[in-house]
Amino acid sequence: MVDESTKKTLSKIPLLKTKAGPRDKDLWVQRLKEEYQSLIQYVQNNKSADNDWFRLESNKEGTKWFGKCWHVQDMLKYEFDVEFDIPVTYPTTAPEIALPELDGKTAKMYRGGKICLTDHFKPLWARNVPKFGIAHAMALGLGPWLAVEIPEMIEKGVVKYNEKE
Amino acid sequence: MSSSSDLELKVQRLESKLKEAQELLEHERRKNEGAVTKREKIGQMSAEVIDSNPYSRLMALQRMGVVENYERIRQMSVVVVGVGGVGSVTAEMLTRCGVGKLVLFDYDKVELANMNRLFFTPDQAGMSKVQAAAMTLQDINPDTQIETYNYNITTVDNFDNFCKIIANGSLTGGPVDLVLSCVDNYEARMAINTACNELGQTWFESGVAENAVSGHIQLIVPGVTACFACAPPLVVASQIDEKTLKREGVCAASLPTTMGIVAGMLAQNTLKKLLGFGTVSYYLGYNAMQDFFPTMRIKPNPTCDDSNCRTKQLEMKDRPQTPTGAANKEDEEDVVHEDNDWGISLVGENEPDVEPEEKEIATGIKLAYTVPAPTSDDGGDLVQDTELSLEELQRQMGNL
Repeated sequence: MVDESTKKTLSKIPLLKTKAGPRDKDLWVQRLKEEYQSLIQYVQNNKSADNDWFRLESNKEGTKWFGKCWHVQDMLKYEFDVEFDIPVTYPTTAPEIALPELDGKTAKMYRGGKICLTDHFKPLWARNVPKFGIAHAMALGLGPWLAVEIPEMIEKGVVKYNEKE
Repeated sequence: MSSSSDLELKVQRLESKLKEAQELLEHERRKNEGAVTKREKIGQMSAEVIDSNPYSRLMALQRMGVVENYERIRQMSVVVVGVGGVGSVTAEMLTRCGVGKLVLFDYDKVELANMNRLFFTPDQAGMSKVQAAAMTLQDINPDTQIETYNYNITTVDNFDNFCKIIANGSLTGGPVDLVLSCVDNYEARMAINTACNELGQTWFESGVAENAVSGHIQLIVPGVTACFACAPPLVVASQIDEKTLKREGVCAASLPTTMGIVAGMLAQNTLKKLLGFGTVSYYLGYNAMQDFFPTMRIKPNPTCDDSNCRTKQLEMKDRPQTPTGAANKEDEEDVVHEDNDWGISLVGENEPDVEPEEKEIATGIKLAYTVPAPTSDDGGDLVQDTELSLEELQRQMGNL
């Protein structure tokens, strides 16, 4: 259900300890610190594996997250805005990661550009509460989604390369 | 050359077509002038059997002895979360039944892709679902008070407001009588569960499978029955092999039939609960492939993840053993599987990659997946304690 390389990536992301959601005041701050630590480590892992593929930041409260993710194909970099809210029931429920600009361009999305995850994601997440955090959601959810969906959208011509930078 | 009788027939047909067109035109003209008879508000439900009384057939329930006091429905307030394929139809049924107040929550818009389901019409595409629904419902029955909220209840900002409405949203400013979950995702269900456990609010969960051939409703009385977090979600076995279910290029399928049936089951049990007749089902499933309707009752999990659920369970233990009010008159026959040890599964702790074993809870009902018992010792690397403040970490992240 999870391929070997994802598994390996996953095993190198530090697990979280604190089970707290955004309504839990002080405990949430502790959880948020762990989220950042885990994310920083994951981005560093990606960089050293020459597979840097996203950046994220949050508002002060850590309830709204936004950033960029990208997919490289044929030497071209396709970049997309990422955003999601931390639900009140986090970390029992995973964040619903969205790529708003792709809304309506693929059937593998729910309203607002929320990506449609595989049947395996939720059980896996549920089994790993509260150890999995945002970094794990990115590695298990958005990463594989991009790898499958973006090439397909490029092929169909619904995603085109923009020369940004 | 056509004979004169042929011509006569043609003229007759044309005349009747013309008459139809004239009627339609007249209706449209009067509608534009605002002259189409809008139903006036009715102060009291009458049992009088005349064509102009919208409540005559409902009040007949009382005359027939099915419902003791039907008019009580006018004091009832119901929250409907999710006004999609199930929620909109449920809301329409309750509106037609004359419920006192409906509070609708949804953050979605009406789309043409929704037209395979009931209730919404193509001209409403682009409108918010709650607004479009409120318009139609208000037209159908001006006696029902309709309140709408166009937001996502799972975010921190909206959740508190959502809780306030459950706690103070009734016609008398108290807690609403029932919350109906008609949402299509786990996150929203868990948010409703969290709110209702916190407030001690009785609610119905409902759902239709993404393959459109099964569905269920479930009554949740905090502390008395299993809450939504007591166990992984329950699903009706659809007899479709998951491995042959193709999911390429699609997220979900839907049918107006399955959704209408589930909405009917939900509205029916809502009426029974509100008006105290018949037996309210704790769990009622629908398997469309076999036309099978499994029922069962599930006890709460003493080690539920939700602390409010656990607290409510302790409170309920101290009370005499005639809880729920669901099965008002007759005692619900106890369905087996009471000693199901929730949360403890057969899956070994170090094999999360194995497909979960299908664990049947009652005939035709199983857990969506299993979760191993929490283990104190984990193989993986945990984050280390850090001296850095949150701000420093945020800065570090920004500098990557």
